[in-house]
Amino acid sequence: MVDSRSWDWETGEKNVSLDSWKKEYRWVEEPYASPDGEKIAAIVNVDEGEFTVCVNGKVWGETVFDKIWHLRFSPDGRLTALVSEMGEWTMAVNGEAWENKFGYIWEPRFSIDGTAIAAAVQQDMRYGMVLNGKPWEQTFANMTYFALSPDGRHTAGAVQVEDVDSGEIHKFQKGSFTAALDGNPWDMRFVNVWNLAISTDGEHLAAEVRLNLYDYTIAVDGVPWESRYATVWEPLFNPVTGTVVAPVREKGTWALAENGKILWDRRFVQIWHQMFSPDGSRLAAIVAPKYGRWTVAVDGVPWPATFATLVTDATFSPDGRRIAALAKDGETFRVVVDGNPWTDAWDMAWKPVFSPDGKDVAAKVEKKGRYTYTVNNRVWSRSCDIAWDPVFSPDGTHLMLRTVEAGNYVRRIVPVSDIVG
Amino acid sequence: MAEPSKKEENKVVDEGIDVGISRLTEEKIQSVINSVIDSETGARLKAYVETCIHCGLCSEACHYYLSHDNDPHYSPVGKVKQTIWEMVRKKGRVSPEFIRRAAIIAHTECNLCKRCAQYCPFGIDIAYLISVVRRIIHKLGVTPLYLQDTAHSHSVTMNQMWVKGDEWPDTLQWQEEEAQAEIPNLRIPLEKEGADVMYSVIAPEPKFQAQLIYQAAVIMHVAGVNWTMPASVGWDNSDMAMFSGDNELMGRLKRTHFETAARLKVKKIVMGECGHAFRSVYDMGNRWLGWSMPPFTIVHAIEFYHDLIKEGRIKIAKKYKPPITLHDPCNVVRGGGLHEKARYVAHAICEKVIEMHPNREHNYCCCAGGGVINTGPPFKMTRIKGNRVKAEQLFGAKTKGAEVLVAPCHNCHSGLHDIVHHYEIGLDIKFFGDIIYEVMEKPE
Amino acid sequence: MHSFYNFVSGPLAWVAFILFFGGSIYRIVSMLKLVAEKERFIFSYMSWRYSLRSIIHWIIPFATVNWRRQPVLTVVTFAFHLCLLATPIFLLSHVVLWDEAFSISWWTLPDAVADIMTIIVILGAVYFLVRRVTQPEVKFVTSVSDFVILAIVAAPFITGFLAYHQWLSYPLVMCLHVLAGDIMLAAIPFTRLSHMLFSPFTRAYMGSEFGKVRHARDW
Ligand code: HEM
Ligand code: HEM
Ligand code: SF4
Ligand code: SF4
Repeated sequence: MVDSRSWDWETGEKNVSLDSWKKEYRWVEEPYASPDGEKIAAIVNVDEGEFTVCVNGKVWGETVFDKIWHLRFSPDGRLTALVSEMGEWTMAVNGEAWENKFGYIWEPRFSIDGTAIAAAVQQDMRYGMVLNGKPWEQTFANMTYFALSPDGRHTAGAVQVEDVDSGEIHKFQKGSFTAALDGNPWDMRFVNVWNLAISTDGEHLAAEVRLNLYDYTIAVDGVPWESRYATVWEPLFNPVTGTVVAPVREKGTWALAENGKILWDRRFVQIWHQMFSPDGSRLAAIVAPKYGRWTVAVDGVPWPATFATLVTDATFSPDGRRIAALAKDGETFRVVVDGNPWTDAWDMAWKPVFSPDGKDVAAKVEKKGRYTYTVNNRVWSRSCDIAWDPVFSPDGTHLMLRTVEAGNYVRRIVPVSDIVG
Repeated sequence: MAEPSKKEENKVVDEGIDVGISRLTEEKIQSVINSVIDSETGARLKAYVETCIHCGLCSEACHYYLSHDNDPHYSPVGKVKQTIWEMVRKKGRVSPEFIRRAAIIAHTECNLCKRCAQYCPFGIDIAYLISVVRRIIHKLGVTPLYLQDTAHSHSVTMNQMWVKGDEWPDTLQWQEEEAQAEIPNLRIPLEKEGADVMYSVIAPEPKFQAQLIYQAAVIMHVAGVNWTMPASVGWDNSDMAMFSGDNELMGRLKRTHFETAARLKVKKIVMGECGHAFRSVYDMGNRWLGWSMPPFTIVHAIEFYHDLIKEGRIKIAKKYKPPITLHDPCNVVRGGGLHEKARYVAHAICEKVIEMHPNREHNYCCCAGGGVINTGPPFKMTRIKGNRVKAEQLFGAKTKGAEVLVAPCHNCHSGLHDIVHHYEIGLDIKFFGDIIYEVMEKPE
Repeated sequence: MHSFYNFVSGPLAWVAFILFFGGSIYRIVSMLKLVAEKERFIFSYMSWRYSLRSIIHWIIPFATVNWRRQPVLTVVTFAFHLCLLATPIFLLSHVVLWDEAFSISWWTLPDAVADIMTIIVILGAVYFLVRRVTQPEVKFVTSVSDFVILAIVAAPFITGFLAYHQWLSYPLVMCLHVLAGDIMLAAIPFTRLSHMLFSPFTRAYMGSEFGKVRHARDW
């Protein structure tokens, strides 16, 4: 976890003017704010085919790149982007490109504490993962799904280990894919491998596998579960016990299975995005209890309130006692906490954030192109042009709100009580 | 086995079908048919089979029937009789040779266009019945090679054309660069969270027709749309698994697509000029996943252009001169009601629009849709011979002066291309996007 | 002969009516149960507005593209079905029987009109028969059962007509008529004649899908 105690929780307001950037560069792309709120950065175009990143008004380094994309702050506050120079691609961190260069690089991932950065890379039409600048030794004909372990020490990919030309359907059906952890592929071959998960300790790898065109299951460390299903969704490790849980489909309905055994007695029209509470004791998932109705089920029991269009971004409180999610009905979103939808409906809402003690919930929301925040079913009085997710102070009494208002980037520390009243 | 002469007649070499058939036993056929019928169908199959009064009134709905001089083998009810009726009646006890014929009928002699549902007095959904046959064919492993290969591509890459993870963003960046030569500050914003619109396309665009992405980017730029494209899987909205009967894979593709939109926090999915993709996102895939309607508003290119023109966000500098005729793609017209909007767009951008007949919901299918064109070269002539009536219809429009055929759907585009070529009709085929790009006001 | 008549018009008629009403309810209820069990999603698309919009178009002659394309058939089938339903219900001789048995009665058709309507049904059946053997697209999907159900439908009208005109042996014809009537009633729920029961549902479903989801006309 990122330690936010050292951040400035005192200064009420800090500003960075963005207007001058527009004059200085041919164009300025979408800005990104750092997790501690101190920096605001954007990719800027200097001249035809010349790009750099502007951070708080200054360029991030010496090098001007031919192309820059996917600018993001890592959770520990480093500024990263995918950059290209002389036809080669790599990752740049705080303006410094990694030494290793690639034919292409995409889908960067951060570990939870931000210390590890991984991405998929292609070099000479061979594929692999790169972790903190270091690519896998073994590369593959193709790689389709990627994972970085929560602790950032391991990477995994769904890799093709047998060449199959397009049109060779029967060869393909014999299996040409497997999963690789840190570049080491499993022995067994599968028709398909999707959605990988690495255990908390980084030792185990689980994946959805398709054994032939019709039988699906979960494989853990290369060994498929004994049960076969009509299809399966993404596996998840219990952070404490290390068991693997995945939604499985049988006879047209979905159930949750743990290590190949059905877990909840109730079946659903749909189950996905299962998640464990941080202590691993509770299991929740987004479900459709009946056709066209969506909600969250906790330990197999769905919330009574259901929603027509979409339920997404479910999250446990740090103590595991509460769950917040977003629910969409028609075109509008609401924050829902423990099954209770909040009053206001929004054109868009972002993943709710719990305070460290789990008592307060905040979320970034938007209506008619104006952004604001909602906390415990109250709405902040201001609306902004851009906003980033709210961040609770370590003691939970304050919120850091990062916004853009009238051409200014604003970092505010606001007492939770100011919004909640 | 059946008499050799008859066998010779419908001998098409398709490795998917032939190898699949060679592995079948009667027991396997029986158990697969019965398990699909028992566990995957219900009241619809039962009611449709038992209600059909065998009146043949659906026959003239079908372009295959009309194109084959009213040969009853090609009528909607005739095709059902040769496939699912027999399977139901014989409780699955049919021969491998029967399955071979069923695979050819279901995959190459019906476009699932649902025109017949508009002609049957009871609204019997023949396309659904044929889909059940395709599901059985899938479960028996007898799907035509090219279609199956496309499904494999979907399963690996989540797109239709084996486009690899790096090739997709790379292509977008290349098109962005190309377009910047024309409009220096144009962008194709990748992974822009919170944009209004996620623009999704089918894989043939990055693979063979990258200029379509270029044109779309110009339209987005000029109209000032707050848009984005994903750099991950989920960018491809096509879905041949829907047509190969691999429903599980169809669901997986659509989940990927919708969740990409959810991740990017967009309000709408705008899709390029493709019909079958619209069907999969708007009508089929969402249902398999449990969504009665898609979780995001789906805006097909026709509707998108309509709104942009109507709101004055793109302006027409000079209308397109050559007289055009408009093909109504089944999947967005009979399947999405976009026919009047298509006409609005056509009239807004072209000087002269000549209607073909029949039109709107009653237009004839292009004979490429429903996955038929994806069965590839072995069945190209099946498509062309099966749609002589389309050639006649187009010829009618041509006689009235049409020079350009607008087909706002990828499948239709390719299918009509073959028909126009084979029957020597002499029409240029274009997307709406091609014409809009040509006639719109652009910076400078 | 007399006791046979008593049998077919007594116990057997009871059985026929029970099979007809009971069977119809059973078929509809079990079909709806099957929907609830296996295709529940169908309910979420049903719409009264679009169901009725579709049904109304299809029960009006020439209101749909296909009815307009088939003018002769349209005239025949509407006349056939109308007379088929109305004649037995509003036939004086039938209402008299209801009156005698249960003391209930209602408006009746003049006999001459009923006679013409009967002829229309018979001619309609002949038309369908001819169509079935001459039109290739109909012939191709025809099985023996199609002739049998056509015969089942035509029989009460032919025998009724003969009875009314007292041609051939009246008592025999009358017996046959009542038997044929019993058979037709009992056959409706259990043969393809059940299109009478299911067609409103299939039409409503397609109408709803086209109206609500596809935003297109299904006629
Ligand atoms: C659904 C089944 C039936 C149909 C469609 C039917 C139809 C007819 C028709 C078309 C006629 C002749 C009308 C005319 O030509 O003017 C008729 C006459 C008659 N029917 Fe029926 N009928 C049915 C069932 C029955 C039954 C079950 C009974 C008796 C229990 C019955 C008793 C009679 C009698 C008594 C006559 C009059 C004969 C006469 O005028 O001498 N019918 N029916
Ligand atoms: C009230 C609901 C009914 C509707 C909406 C209906 C509708 C239709 C339709 C659309 C057809 C096909 C078109 C044609 O060939 O004419 C048809 C045919 C037919 N119907 Fe009905 N019908 C109904 C009731 C009945 C009843 C009660 C019977 C007899 C018991 C019946 C007997 C027939 C017969 C014999 C055919 C001709 C089939 C052939 O072509 O051989 N119908 N009906
Ligand atoms: S091609 Fe179209 S009209 Fe012909 S049977 Fe198939 S769905 Fe019906
Ligand atoms: S029109 Fe309908 S009832 Fe008549 S044969 Fe075709 S599917 Fe059957």
